[in-house]
Order: sequence, then structure tokens, then C-alpha cells
Amino acid sequence: MFLTFVTFLPLLGAIGIAFLPEEDENLVKKTALGVALADFLLSLAFYFNFDLTTPNMQFELSAVWIENWGVNFHVGLDGISLLLYIMTTFLTAICIISVWTVKKRIKEYMMALLVLSTGMLGVFVALDLFMFYVFWELQLVPMYLIIGIWGGARRLYASIKFFLYTAFGSLLMLVAIIWMYQLHADQTGIYTSDLMTITNNIDIPFGPQKWLFIAFFLAFAIKVPMFPFHTWLPDAHVEAPTAGSVILAGVLLKMGTYGFLRFNLPLFPYACNEFMPYVGWLAVVGIVYGAFVSMVQEDLKKLVAYSSVSHMGFVMLGIFAFNHYGIQGALVQNLNHGISTSALFLLVGVIYDRRHTRMIKEFGGITNVMPKYAIIFMIVALSSIGLPGMNGFIGEFLILLGIFQADAFMAGVATTGVIFAACYILWMFQRVMFLKSNSPENAKLTDLDFREYAMLLPLVVLIFWIGLYPKPFMKTFDASVTHLISKVDPSNFKPKTHTEHADSAPAGKTEHKSGKTEHKKESHSSAH
Amino acid sequence: MIPAPDIDLVSLAPVLTLSAFSIAVLIWDLFIGKDKTQLIYISLLGLFLTAVCAFAKSDLPAYSFTNTYIVDNLSVFCVIIFTISSALAILLSVNYNPDKGIEIGEYYSLILFCTVGMIVLASAVDLILIFLGIEVVSISLYVLAGIRRDDLKSNEAALKYFLLGAFASGFLLYGMSLIYGFTGTTNLKGIMTAISAMDGTDNSFLILGCILFIVGFGFKVAAAPFHMWSPDVYQGAPTPITAFMAVGPKVASLVALFRVFHTGVGGMDGSWEMPLAVIAIASMTLGNLGAIVQTNIKRLLAYSSISHVGYILLAVIAKNSLASSSLLFYMLTYAFMIFGVFGIIIILGKKGDENLEIEGYCGLSTKYPLLALAMAMFMLSLGGLPPLAGFVAKFYIFSAVLKEGHTILVTIAVLNSVVSFYYYLKIIVNMYFKDPNQEFQPNFQPLTLLVVVIGIVAILDLGIFPGPVISLAENASLF
Repeated sequence: MFLTFVTFLPLLGAIGIAFLPEEDENLVKKTALGVALADFLLSLAFYFNFDLTTPNMQFELSAVWIENWGVNFHVGLDGISLLLYIMTTFLTAICIISVWTVKKRIKEYMMALLVLSTGMLGVFVALDLFMFYVFWELQLVPMYLIIGIWGGARRLYASIKFFLYTAFGSLLMLVAIIWMYQLHADQTGIYTSDLMTITNNIDIPFGPQKWLFIAFFLAFAIKVPMFPFHTWLPDAHVEAPTAGSVILAGVLLKMGTYGFLRFNLPLFPYACNEFMPYVGWLAVVGIVYGAFVSMVQEDLKKLVAYSSVSHMGFVMLGIFAFNHYGIQGALVQNLNHGISTSALFLLVGVIYDRRHTRMIKEFGGITNVMPKYAIIFMIVALSSIGLPGMNGFIGEFLILLGIFQADAFMAGVATTGVIFAACYILWMFQRVMFLKSNSPENAKLTDLDFREYAMLLPLVVLIFWIGLYPKPFMKTFDASVTHLISKVDPSNFKPKTHTEHADSAPAGKTEHKSGKTEHKKESHSSAH
Repeated sequence: MIPAPDIDLVSLAPVLTLSAFSIAVLIWDLFIGKDKTQLIYISLLGLFLTAVCAFAKSDLPAYSFTNTYIVDNLSVFCVIIFTISSALAILLSVNYNPDKGIEIGEYYSLILFCTVGMIVLASAVDLILIFLGIEVVSISLYVLAGIRRDDLKSNEAALKYFLLGAFASGFLLYGMSLIYGFTGTTNLKGIMTAISAMDGTDNSFLILGCILFIVGFGFKVAAAPFHMWSPDVYQGAPTPITAFMAVGPKVASLVALFRVFHTGVGGMDGSWEMPLAVIAIASMTLGNLGAIVQTNIKRLLAYSSISHVGYILLAVIAKNSLASSSLLFYMLTYAFMIFGVFGIIIILGKKGDENLEIEGYCGLSTKYPLLALAMAMFMLSLGGLPPLAGFVAKFYIFSAVLKEGHTILVTIAVLNSVVSFYYYLKIIVNMYFKDPNQEFQPNFQPLTLLVVVIGIVAILDLGIFPGPVISLAENASLF
């Protein structure tokens, strides 16, 4: 019940704000911030009450929703979704701080952000296929409105493209969901769309499994975004307002990778292993292509947008390694990307608020006028590259270790992506921060004010915390990751030979029993 | 001596009640002047009593008129849909008619007679009675479409509708006569037994009859490729009548089609699935593509209606128990959505110029946020976005069709849904993302507003808690 309350609290906040007078902007803003901060603090309760030993769903609630169809309102958190959930509430609060000075229709802006927050939280806790789909589509509308009303010059094009592109993938996923629902009913006689029940009981033959995989793959690949389904992202990110970009990059993209972990891997293990080389190479292409395209961008925000494509390629690579290092790395990198890229967008927003331009050639020598901004920018940039000591390194190292065990050549090509990331980030940083100022406007810039510190410093703290001491974050993953790997382990689910997956506990795996889990440097017994 | 036909008056209670009230409206109109409010009360009372009478017959299914008229759960559910939609249409007309100079009492009488026709159509299990129902509905609608005698577009709409409709009725009758010729009976059950008895004989006339039947029905429900009349007629007819036309007659005709093909000629070796599938896909596609380029909102909704008929035809193709219940659920949600949308269109209409261009909606959200929000919700529900009713309805139909294994049909339907989002979003774009380009003068008439509120409540309720209505629809299933 508590989980449902925390999930819907932003929506209740939005409805409450609807009744506040529009003129009293301060009250609206303070209420929204209050709701968001309260939600974040409440969501921390899940972390402290989390049982680290079990991969099962926790804080579960299952209530009958549509009885005739076997649809339930089933929510729960496990290791995979816990930190994503907390990150969502965290980023919502940061977004609300970041829009504090917006003048245009601030009340609707706050309402849209809060409704979007509930939609995203709902996606992460939904454990029923129908309910998942409802929340998945639900978060389209506020995001569409945010881009379309408060966005940049080409916002109409970007918002419609975002909506239609994502809706296309989602609707194909709907067909797959209904198909699986029918198959499960045919096989067991029970009509239910509960994810856990279906995952445990369904036996999808190999042929249909491939099609279902592709349908779900399309929906999530568009969201992640993977090459070549990424073309909506640069437009959406560039035209979206700062808060929109932060939420888009910080949370919405994670919903794609979460979808892979929650649906594709457990439900379609044979298809996963069959398609692994293709998806892996597509991810590698995303990494390298994203990096190359970033390098030649002139618009700061577009550069960060393409860097998103590149970073999410790493996450996808980690997931499709199907081993402990890979998936753990992917989960950590999910968090890292959420923190670093959100911070990057916030920083771009800071300078855009002052100069009303995002073109790199307009800047130069910013360090001289905004030294503290430069420091924070440097920290975030280095974290994006993956410098050891910061969060990016943890994620990328684990992912590369994992994919190396699966396919060494793929890992080699992917590693070049790390170098290219350094290329485009450092080159951008040099052009913006150092060198000569290209415009007299730059001399008049003011450094960060209190509000901007408030929204950036928590992210910086997290960057170092995860980078230097990731254990509090990573220990939540262990049990769930082990369980997930057992469901998709390549040695058990060889493609083409469709044998019974009777042994769900493959040989050589140790369950992590107590909270004292191994650090990444220790040797887990992994799938290989 | 011709034996007296077996008429069971209790089964006919809804039809009799409504006919009586319709005649009463006609007669009462002689005694009152220009103010038609009393007629409205009589009509609404009549509709309410009809809905109550629908449950008069217990021990279903019951037959009347020598097994040509059936009262089963399906027809009872349909009677409820019809009375609700007629009541909403009358509520919309209350303020619209005096504004537009429609001051004749026959208007309400015709709406009631049309409802009678729809009830007959949904309860008919005999080809002759189906034709009777269709004609009653059609003729009432011809007159209603052209009721604004001084408006050029209204006259054009009526004439187009009449000519094409008469033509279509001809097709329908010819098809029916061929089926009769082949099977020797017009009763649907009799047709089914006759077909299975004559299995193997050359049934080309039967197939020809069915094709002509489909053509005739296709005209009536405005399915592609027989849809060309509907945008013009929808645009020209008075707006409450447009809403009325978009819902009631379609429901009735589709239910009749469902009965014919599942309990009538269903005995055939399923060779009619292909033509219906082709028509369904054509309707969805042409409807959506046509709507994209529209600038007039009534025409846009006409084309979107065509595409919705396409989705419902998918349900007609599927033969399982989910199919008929999903059809009913879809039509119920569709009724509420359409009446709500048209209610908002009427509210935003101005004296003289009805303000029907989509460009006229620009910036509505800044001036009247609640109205814009309501319109946005209706648009998203028509597109099929959760958690609104339109999504649940589409999910239901897709489940029914997928259960039969027609994966490709569902994929096409789903892709069409994506396309349809484009033009529904266009209106939302105008309302929210653009600045106002005109002075809005909405007339918030209470009854029209009531229809909008009913629509919003319905799509939210059916979207978030559809359980009870789904149970009702399942009870009303034909299988």
C-alpha cells in the first residue's frame, strides 16, 4: 500500500496544484517542490527496508482490477527497479528546482512534471502486463506537452515525432502482450496478465518467441534509444526545455533498458541468446556512431543528446552480455547516465539561460567568468568520460568486463567508444571553457546562484559517491541479477536446440545469502 | 385462414413504448407554439421508459412476430445504448436548435422513430425485419440531415444521403432476395439450417447475395470503399444529428451484420471472412489517411468514424465470445466519446458561424483550460491512449481478434492507431501549443455542458474501472 501511495503522490500533488490560484506562483512552486521532496524522502524508505537476500518482489500489492480479464493492479520492487525508482523521485525534485524561474505557465509546468513522475514511477513498479502498458503510454502525454509548450523553436515537430515514434513501438508491444496473454491462457487455462505468473508458467515455442522478442525489442529499442531507432532523440532533446531534457535523459531512457531486463530477458531466453550477436553489434554501432556524431556537433545540447545514444549503447551491451558483470555494470551505468547526463543538461541549461544560445562557437573562455561553473562542468564531463574515481568508470569497466567474457571482439570495438567519448567531451570542454572568448557577451556572465548550486551539487555528490564507494548502490542489485541470469544463462538456453529449461539453478552459481556481498573486484562465479 | 402471427407484446414493449411516445410528440406539437421544451420532456421520458421496458421480458431469449424478432441480452444491451445516445442527442439539440432556427417538433419525433428503427434492427433475426429496421432508420436520418431547410449544406447532405442510401437499400434488398432464393427462408436460423443442409451444392448465388448484402450494409455504416457520402453528410447535417448518426445507426447496423454472419450465413465455409477483412482494412486505412488532411473538424470526425468502423468490423470477423462483447463495449465507449466531442464543438460554436475549422481551436488551453482538457481527453480516448476508455475498448477488440489468430489484422489495426494519433494530436497541438487567433465566445449552455461532463466521466470510468461494464457486455455476448 505504501508503494502505491508513494507512486501516486505526485499525481495527487498535481491535482492539488490544479486548485491553487494561478497568480500565486510562489505557492504553486513551493507546493510542487514540497511534494517532490516528500516523495523522494518517502522513496528512500524502500531502500532502507529492502531485503538484500531475495530476488523476489518486495513491498508487493496485488489488487483485482479487471476481474473478467484477470488483470490485477500488481506493484512491487526488486533489485532491478529499486534504485531506478529512487532516482526517478530524486530527478523529479531536481527538475522542479531547475524550472523555478520559468515564467510561462509555471503552474501547468509543475503539474505536467508531477504527472509525468507518477507515470514513470508506475512503469518501474508495474508487475502486470496490462498495467505496465497503461503506465508506459501514460507518460507519453505529459512529456509531449512539456516539449510542445515550453520547448524550443522546432518543438512542434519534435514533440509529434517523439509521440508517434514511441507510440509505434509501444503499440507493437501491445500486440505482443495480448498474444502472450492468449498463449498463457491456452496453456494453463488461467486468464491473467500478471507478469510474474506468466513468466513462471508460460512456455513459448521458439518461433513465436522470436517474433515476441522483436515486438518488445522495437518498443524498448526506440525508447533506449538504440541505433537505428534513435532519430527522435536529438530532436526531442534539443527542442525540449531543460527540465524536459533532464527527465527524458535521466529517466525515460532508462525505461527502455528496464523493459529489456524485466521482459525480454526473463520471458524470451532462447530468442535473447539467438539475437544476442545482432543486438550486441547494434549496441556497439550505437556507441561508436553516437560518439562520432557527437564529435561534429555545433549545438551543445545536440552533442549531449548524441552522447546519450553512445552511453545507452554501453548499457545495452552490458545487458546482452548475459553475465553477472555485464548486467551489474548495466544497472550501475543506468544510474550513472541518469546522474551525469542529467547534470550535463542542467549545465547546458544554465548557460542557455544566460546566453540564450547553445552554439559552441559562441562561447569560449567561460572559465574566466564562471569558474565555479567550470569546476562542476569539468567534474560532470570527466564522469561522463568514465574517469576512475567517478561513477562512469564503475559502470563502463563492469560492462566491458562482462561483454569481454561474452565476445572479446565486440568488447574491443566498444572500448574504442570510451576513447571517442573522451575526444568529444574534452574537445567540447576546451572550446567552451578555455581558449579565447568568441563573443563579447561572455564577459558579462554571472556565476552560479544558489538555486543552481542546489540542483547541481546533489548530482556531483552522487558522482563521487558512486565512483569511490559504490557498494551501497550495487549491493541492491546482486540477488536480482543472479536470479535474472539464471533465467537467460547462455549455457542453459542454447538457441536452435529447444531443450527444457528445467534446471533453473545452473551449476557453479552461488547465491548471495547475506547482505555482505562481494565488491566488483572480487570474483563472482559468473556464467562463463 | 391465415393463422394469426405469434406476437408477444411484452417482448415488443420497448418498441411499442417508444413508438407511442413518438406519436404523442407529434400530436402534442400541434398544441404548443415555438417553445418545444415540453416535447423534450416527453421525448426524454419516453426514452427512459423504453430503457426500463427493455428489461420487461424475463426468460430470455424470447422470440416475437413468428421468430423474426428476438429479445436476448444482446438486444437489451443495444436498447440501452440507443436510448442513451438518443437522450444525449436530444440534450445536445435543446440549445442548438433554437440558435439555428430549427423549430419544428417533428425533429424530436423523428429522433424517436429513428431509435425505434434501431431497436428493431438490433433485435431482428429475419432478413425482412432487418430491412424494415434499416429503412426506418435511414428515412428518419434523411429528413433529419436536411432539417435545416435554409442551409445549403444541410440540403446537400440530405440529398446525397437520400440518393446513395436509396441505392444502397436496393443492393441490400437484392442481396436479401438472392439469399432467400437460395435458402427458401428469410429467417436467420432457417437460413443457417438450409445452408448446412445444402452443403456441397453450387452456392454461387448465395455468395453473390452475401456480397450484395455486404455492399448494402457497407453503405449504411460508411465503411470503405462505400464511405464517400459520410464526410459531406456529417459536415452538412446539424451537429447534434451528426453525433446521432455517428453512433446509433452504426451500432444497430453492425449488430445486425453480426447476427447475420454468425447466426445466419455463418454456416458457410467462412469464405466471407476475406471480403469483410478487406473492407475492415480499407476502412481503417482510408479513414485515417483521409482524416489527416482535413481542416474541418466535423469532416475529420467523419473520417475517424470510418476508421472506427474498420476496427469494429474486425470484431465482426472474429467468431468467439469475446467478439460480440468487445463490439458492444467499443460502441458504448464510442457513443460517449462522440457525444462528448460534439458537445464541445457545439459549445464553441458562435452565432451564425459555427466555427468548425481546426485552426479555430488554437490557443484554447490558455483561455478555457478545462474545456481544452476535456477536448484533449476525448481526442486521446478516440486514439486509444490508456487509461481512457478508448484504450480498453481497443484492447478488448484486439484480444478478440488475436484469439482467433488473425495476428496480421491486429498488427495493421495497431499501425493504423499510430497513424490516427497524428490527427487527434493535431487538435491538441492547436489547443496547447499555439497562440489564440480569434476571440472565443463559448456558450456554456447547461445541458450541452452536461453531455460533455457525462462523456468525460464515462471515458474515465470505463477506462479505469471497466470491470462492471465488461461483465455486462460478456453477459450480452452472442455465444
